[in-house]
Amino acid sequence: MVEWTEQERSIITGIFANLSYEEIGPKALVRCLIVYPWTQRYFSSFGNLYNAEAIRGNPNVAAHGIKVLHGLDRAVKNMDNIKATYAELSVLHSEKLHVDPDNFRLLADCLTIEIAAKLGTAFTADTQAAFQKFLAVVVSALGRQYH
Amino acid sequence: MTSLSAKDKDAVRAFWAKVPGKEELIGADALSRMLAVYPQTKTYFSHWKDLSPGSPQVRKHGKTIVCGVGEAVGKIDNLTAGLLNLSELHAFTLRVDPANFKILSHNLLVVLAVIFPEEFTPEAHVALDKFLASLAGALSEKYR
Repeated sequence: MVEWTEQERSIITGIFANLSYEEIGPKALVRCLIVYPWTQRYFSSFGNLYNAEAIRGNPNVAAHGIKVLHGLDRAVKNMDNIKATYAELSVLHSEKLHVDPDNFRLLADCLTIEIAAKLGTAFTADTQAAFQKFLAVVVSALGRQYH
Repeated sequence: MTSLSAKDKDAVRAFWAKVPGKEELIGADALSRMLAVYPQTKTYFSHWKDLSPGSPQVRKHGKTIVCGVGEAVGKIDNLTAGLLNLSELHAFTLRVDPANFKILSHNLLVVLAVIFPEEFTPEAHVALDKFLASLAGALSEKYR
């Protein structure tokens, strides 16, 4: 089981309490689709993703970014049981969406970058360590039910 | 890995033009984050007395690294040839596991996002990510 210190818990809940989902969600997904263009393979139904401008302006991308970020809320509320919390979502991503789990890591990295840009120097090394640890647990849980 | 297009090189050069003067700031922060977030990297610095973020050794080494990256930007048209000596150093003397190049690159990108939030757009990010990956490849040339 994952052990969290009080400091780590407070860092994670703090980040999400002050997060603008409408701003950061879309930015993180847009960044992922531009920096790792192969991730666009999962969004053929989203319409125009031909270039960076199209991706930025695409309302489906923005909506989905917000949805994904809110998806992390349950992990924040259940930090001691993330694996069980995401079991169903893991099955969904594997059986229905057929997402290569390596993509979870790529999106997590883009989210880290967006949070870093937003918080600036307040995103200290300790904050980064806690945040990346949290995302690593989420990523692992999402990949857990693949077979 | 994919090679750098002319557009990538222009983007890297344009972004890196903001760095001169901030090498120690960026390097020390990136190195500190790496040591804190990926503690296994501390194994390469067991000979340092002080691994804390403000330490003189971390600051000096951070600056060395970022200056090295800056030099690589100048040799962006032929990284393999330009980084031959550094590759030999990393391969035969330092023997840093090449997986760590990715880790340091990630932390460099995080620091660039912290210091240049407006300029570190997804377009700049992808060009720099590709460049750092090419740099890592050039550094790994002499390993085996």
